[in-house]
Amino acid sequence: MLLIKNGRVLDPASKTDALRDILLDGERIAEIAPQGRLAHADTRQSFDASGLIVAPGFIDMHVHLREPGQENSETIETGTHAAARGGFTVVCCMPNTKPVNDNASITRFIVDRAKAFGHVRVWPIGAASVGSKGEAISDIAAMREAGIVAVSDDGKPIASAKLARQIMDYCRTLDLPVIEHAEDVSLAAGAVMREGIASTRLGLPGMPAAAESVCVARDVQVAELTGAHLHIAHLSAKSSLAQVRFAKQQGLRVTCEVTPHHFTLIDEDVTYDSRFKMNPPLAAREDREALLDGLADGTVDAIATDHAPHEPALKDVEFDRAPFGILGSETALGLALEQLVHSGRLPLMRMVELFTTGPARVLGKERKLAIGEPADLTIFSLDRPWTYHVQESASKSRNSPFDGRSFTGGPVATIVAGKIVYKH
Amino acid sequence: MNLQAEASSLKKGETLLDTANNLNAMKPDCFVMRHSSSGAADFVARHLEIPVVNAGDGTHEHPSQGLLDALTIRDRKGTLKNLNVTILGDIAHSRVARSNIHLLGKFGARFTLCGPAMWVPRELEHIGPPGTPIRCVYRVEEALEDADVIIVLRVQTERLYEPSLSQNDYILLYQLNAERMKLAKPDALILHPGPINRGIEITPDVADGPRSAVLEQVTNGVSVRMAILYLLMIGAVEGATHPALEAKAKA
Repeated sequence: MLLIKNGRVLDPASKTDALRDILLDGERIAEIAPQGRLAHADTRQSFDASGLIVAPGFIDMHVHLREPGQENSETIETGTHAAARGGFTVVCCMPNTKPVNDNASITRFIVDRAKAFGHVRVWPIGAASVGSKGEAISDIAAMREAGIVAVSDDGKPIASAKLARQIMDYCRTLDLPVIEHAEDVSLAAGAVMREGIASTRLGLPGMPAAAESVCVARDVQVAELTGAHLHIAHLSAKSSLAQVRFAKQQGLRVTCEVTPHHFTLIDEDVTYDSRFKMNPPLAAREDREALLDGLADGTVDAIATDHAPHEPALKDVEFDRAPFGILGSETALGLALEQLVHSGRLPLMRMVELFTTGPARVLGKERKLAIGEPADLTIFSLDRPWTYHVQESASKSRNSPFDGRSFTGGPVATIVAGKIVYKH
Repeated sequence: MNLQAEASSLKKGETLLDTANNLNAMKPDCFVMRHSSSGAADFVARHLEIPVVNAGDGTHEHPSQGLLDALTIRDRKGTLKNLNVTILGDIAHSRVARSNIHLLGKFGARFTLCGPAMWVPRELEHIGPPGTPIRCVYRVEEALEDADVIIVLRVQTERLYEPSLSQNDYILLYQLNAERMKLAKPDALILHPGPINRGIEITPDVADGPRSAVLEQVTNGVSVRMAILYLLMIGAVEGATHPALEAKAKA
């Protein structure tokens, strides 16, 4: 039994914003009552959440755990540890491991490994095509039995409209969302950042916003053709967002996620340091503005980090030779509070949705603080000052552009299945 | 000590950083780097505490070329102030053009950038010092009128990741020849960073003619580079900072 007392409970599902005490019994929520009124007030184990927010456990639906095959950069253990420190209770890991997670054996390996060593829940995403090579469709149904919650060829777009159509048709009948890394490979070829004044000044080859939105256009048309659920990963461009907004207005099952680095940084922030290099790249000022609007007005369904660890030996090279990707788990909430809530862009409850009910709905699940629900909670502060030092990260890698950044508010305690997996 | 990437351990997979550290262990006074990655010199300078000279990094900058071009212009024209400078060719991929814009822009130059559309993106209008007039035109005739200085860039028609441009079309539309030079001022100066593709971006008679300062550029290059090495190595530039030393002081 664990009593979470004196906290300000924010639960989007029930629209609750009130001081409540919550009693956790084993892996479930046993009771919720107004502050001070719980029957078991004398419980042995309690957590005092005075001055803190208590929310349903956050979900990060886009991370790279690098296991199997790239354990120098991250493992399921270290990646989930970083997630716990970031306030996340669930992560969805992308299939671009070595070997690619395109069959039930690999899926089962990840699930078992996570059960044994994971700090938080791991819901794997399976590859859409074998090896994500864009030729044959992978064992999607078998992987679904083994526990995948979606399919994706992340790292790349699904190779052709025809394949996208077949996969979407198939996944519609299997009730799985198709998550697309939207990129037109020909427009993006050779590019290492967003094309614009910044890239021209730096002399670095850039990809235009159209590299993303051209592919979004293709996939939205195919989603309409098939009636499938299409989810756009790490959406970064105004022109892509406009298409998602239109698709939703047309009643299509199109959703999208945005990363904290895309709502915080822009192409003008890029220096020759590869900690600013990721795909899709940091976008233009007007794209960031559009994303902020979309986060507020509901066009964006979820915040997802695209946590992409790369060991220092890989990232500490010339900008154009470095792999794409940066860390994200531990700074997501701090950045969301800073850029979205403290700035007045959107209400705190809306931010909590973007981390909880938003991603849950995309994945066909629920996230709520109610009796009988899983005891996953994210407890955070709105005002505690802290500084992110990447050297202290639980990740094996160090590729974050936010090293040394100070935040106001951030994760304080993370509870998964009734156990405290992180405490500040 | 002279090192070529193809002949070095870089080919065996040694990283740039390891190469730089190994060479630095031989205690040189200074590094001069020409590298195909934009930002490579910056990257090395952030890790080594000795002077690093950027002898050309990717498509970013070629500072010594900018300086020797400026010296050549000043010698021939008597001034660097308020000149009409036309740059002709593949400006999008030119580190020389960027260095020319950064440097001459500080003296009030007005720029006309001219070439095929895919080599002259509009973003170039924004990369000069604030307030520098830069216009992009796609007809060479427009670019030559009123030009005091014409900088001709080498044409590389084969490029990775991009469909190649027709050499015949380039010659037809953009080649600097005697006929076109009639449109320019009589005392317009012609520069080229070299090496020249005779008969492609420039005809031999124009390249060898009285208005061309191509060989003077080469001579001036020697003195400019001597000056750079001298000033850096004796630490003569007041207030000059070094990225690695700054980072060390901050830590």
